[in-house]
Parts: sequence; C-alpha cells; structure tokens
Amino acid sequence: MKLDSLIPAPLRKPAKPGEGNGAKGAAPADLKTAPPERPTDTKKLADRAVEAPVDALAWVDQRTAASGFLTGMLFRKVPKGTNWFYTLGSATLFAFIVQAITGVFLAMFYTPSTTQAYASISHINNEVFLGAFVHGLHKWGSSVMVILIFLHMGRTFFFGAYKYPRELNWVIGVVLLILTMTMAFTGYLLPFDQRSFWASVVGININGTGPVVGPYLSDFLRAGPELGATTLSRFYAIHMLLVPGAIIALIGAHLYLVVKLGTTAPPWLKAKKPKAAAPVSQLNASANGSDK
Amino acid sequence: MSDGADKQNGAEAAGRPERPQPKPPGYFEGESMTRRHAFTIAAQGLGGIAGAAIVLPAVGFAVAPIFHRGKERWEAVGPVGDFVEDTYRQVVFTETEGIGDAGKTTAYIRKSSKDLGEDPGQIVAVSNRCVHLGCPVRYVEAAGNFICPCHGGVYDFQGKRIGGPPVRPLDQFQTRIQGGQVEVGPRYSVTSQLEPVRARDPGEFTGGIWEYLYPPRPSTFPPPSS
Repeated sequence: MKLDSLIPAPLRKPAKPGEGNGAKGAAPADLKTAPPERPTDTKKLADRAVEAPVDALAWVDQRTAASGFLTGMLFRKVPKGTNWFYTLGSATLFAFIVQAITGVFLAMFYTPSTTQAYASISHINNEVFLGAFVHGLHKWGSSVMVILIFLHMGRTFFFGAYKYPRELNWVIGVVLLILTMTMAFTGYLLPFDQRSFWASVVGININGTGPVVGPYLSDFLRAGPELGATTLSRFYAIHMLLVPGAIIALIGAHLYLVVKLGTTAPPWLKAKKPKAAAPVSQLNASANGSDK
Repeated sequence: MSDGADKQNGAEAAGRPERPQPKPPGYFEGESMTRRHAFTIAAQGLGGIAGAAIVLPAVGFAVAPIFHRGKERWEAVGPVGDFVEDTYRQVVFTETEGIGDAGKTTAYIRKSSKDLGEDPGQIVAVSNRCVHLGCPVRYVEAAGNFICPCHGGVYDFQGKRIGGPPVRPLDQFQTRIQGGQVEVGPRYSVTSQLEPVRARDPGEFTGGIWEYLYPPRPSTFPPPSS
C-alpha cells in the first residue's frame, strides 16, 4: 500500500467492490486526544519531494487524460488459465525492439555501398567497441524473432484464438509475419559477403519463378537485370525504412485489438454451465411487480 | 441538402401552415449543387491531386528500373586462336559495371562445331549461371558436361539440360570478332532447341507458352537474329 501513495489517484488500481478506503471525514481517534506536532521544515521538504513525481504525473494526466486508457489497459481482466504460452507475443515484440535498437546503432557504422559494405561490417566486428556484440545481437536476434513469431502463431492457432471476433487480428499477424520474413531476406544481403550475395541471387530467382509478374518483381527487387549496386541500397532502404515503419504501425493495430477484444481462455478450460434458471412462475411474479 | 435539424423542425411545424425555408447563402434559382457540396468536392479533389503529386513520382522512381535498359557492353576476351572446337576455355569478364568483383561473370567459350550441326566460324559463349537458381556451374572436362554444385543440375557439351532441376539450357552471350579479338556482349537465353530468345532469369522456362507466362523484360537486350 506504501507504493500506492506514489501513484497518482487516477492511475491507482481500482478498489474491489466492498473494500472501501474506510470512513471518510471522521478524524482518527488519537487525533482527538493528542493533536499532531507541527511539521518541521525538513519534514515539509521531504513531503514535497515525495509529492513531486506524483504532481508531475498528475500534470501530464490533466493535459492528456491518459490515465483512463492506461488503467483500462494495465488492469484489464484476463481469463482463467492464462499461462506462459500467452507471453510469446510479448516475447516477439521484445525481439523486435532489440532488432530496432541494435539496428539503429549498426546503421551508425554501416555503409550501404557495394565496395564498402563488407569493409564496414568487418570494421564493426573487429574494431568498434562492443561492435561484434551489437552485430551479433542483431544477426542472431533476427532468427530468434522469426522463431518466436512462428511459436506465437502456433499458440494462436492451437488455442483457437484466431476465431470470431479476432479474425482481423490473425490477418494483421500474418501480414506482420510476411514483413518479418521480408526483413530477414533484405537484411541477409547487407554484409555483402559471398554467402549473402549468392543467397540473395537464389532468393530473387525463386521470386522470379512466379508466372507473369515474377520476372518484373525480380527486376524491381534488383533495380535492374543483374544484382548490382542499386540492389544493395534498395534492400537497405527496404530493410531500415519501409518495412520497420509498416511493422511498427501494424504492431500498434495488433496490440489495440488485443486490448480491445481481450485474450481467450485456453481450450482445455470448459465454459462454466449457467446456474439453473429460476422457475417460470417466479419470473412472472417478479415481472408483474407483485412485491409492490 | 437537408440535415437532421431541418427534418426535426419540419416535423414540429407539420400542423401549422408551411413557412418558406430560408435559402442557403449564395442560392440562385435552378442551381444543381449547393455551395457547400461544391466546396467539399473541390477540397477533396485538390487533396487527391496533391496526394497523387507526391505518391506517383515516388512509385515511378521505385519501379523505373524495370523499364530501364543499360548500355550494351562488349568486352574483348582474347584472340580467336585461343579458342578451339572440342573444349571450352573459361573467361571472366565484367557484366555489371561499378560494383567491383560482384559484377563479374564467367563464360565458357569455344568455336562452333560442325559435328554438332552448328554454323561454322561462330564463337559460342556459354554462361556459367545455372538456370535452376543462379549458382555458378563448372565445365567438367572428363565428363564433357556442365555440373552445378548446388542442387545437381547437369548440362551437356552444348549446355542442354540432361539432369537435375534446371528448366532450360544454359544461357549464352552474344559474340563477335573484331580485329582478331573475340568479344562477348549481352546475355540471351535459349529454348530447349537452342533457339535464341531474350534473357530470362534462372528458374523460368523458355519457348512455347512459357514465352507468355514468363514475359521478356524491357531491361534485357533483344536476342541475336539466328
């Protein structure tokens, strides 16, 4: 309860019904017998210091009215049986945040040019302080994100959490999966070593085998008939500008629907049977207002 | 144009004699569209034009490379005397400029052979790019075949597919002889009968109906007329 005093009133967890805060207005018994000492200056200062963050939060809340949304989101009900499998979506989000942060720092050292890309990556790995660690997080983190997003998808499928009214969230999730794979594909070329070069050649050629539009899609991806300098900068722009923006926007929509619609109970929990209905005669009696 | 308030007012006044409705500002006899409606359409139209002015050039910028054909490039790879009829000589030359070693490609070059029913006096340049998914194939002298290390594609001496997943014969490069030097030029693909067609990417069939299912791209050069 001590912590509650640090949280502005609108953000506090609402009290459960029947659990009042005690009688209001009545002075405590000891106040009547022994009036409190006058607070010293030090005590006043300390009180004000404690109040300061609360005041700051209240200042923001008065101007945004965000507390209603935040309490609704943070203290929303979750069904019985919610378990660790329900954290896979948050884990995927965490993996994405790691990718975003490490990606920003990698971009500070990386040069998207065919002649300098490989050299800049080896510079990051061998000379920049903790560069190998940040690059490693980004490289292995991408695989972690792909694995987690599939596990999250599997959880949603096997728990039946894609059914009405959550179909749209499934659709958004599938688009997010495709965008994640696009990130993995475009990011693979960026180190521009032999492996990433030939993997991208093969990947683009697989894409080109789609009838009618395939050949044009390949030209679009390569920005020309052969994999070249513009391919690398194109992949770089897709990898760090286009797709991340789309992913962030869609994650926003995805989370909004999760909060709006709530989560599902695991399928092994059966719905409670409704209590036996009251006899019809009783229903009629109360409907006629017979108690008056 | 009447909104909810108008209707409500009309309903209240139903019992009383009709009062003339005040005309909206700028009303004239026989107008077909209210001022407000006209301005709404104009504002939306202007917004659409402004949006298109930003989006269309950006999209065009991104898709323009599909319709752009680079400069035709020819590179001398050695005197005519270097090449024979019964085996290939491997040459490395630049196919895409400006990206260093990544822009280089390999061709296997020989003189045309009467024994195989080819026109005499020509130079045949076979690309080493596997037409399955683009891995580099290698000419194996002992077998007289091209073999791909990735998924086991096998091509015969002329580059026709004889095994594995490839979908057509190996691509070729245009060749010409200038001042005793053999020069290689743009890439082109061939049908299963070795008839030249415009260059296709690996994995795409050539000939017959496939010419329509995998249409030629504007970024490639026309095939040599045979």
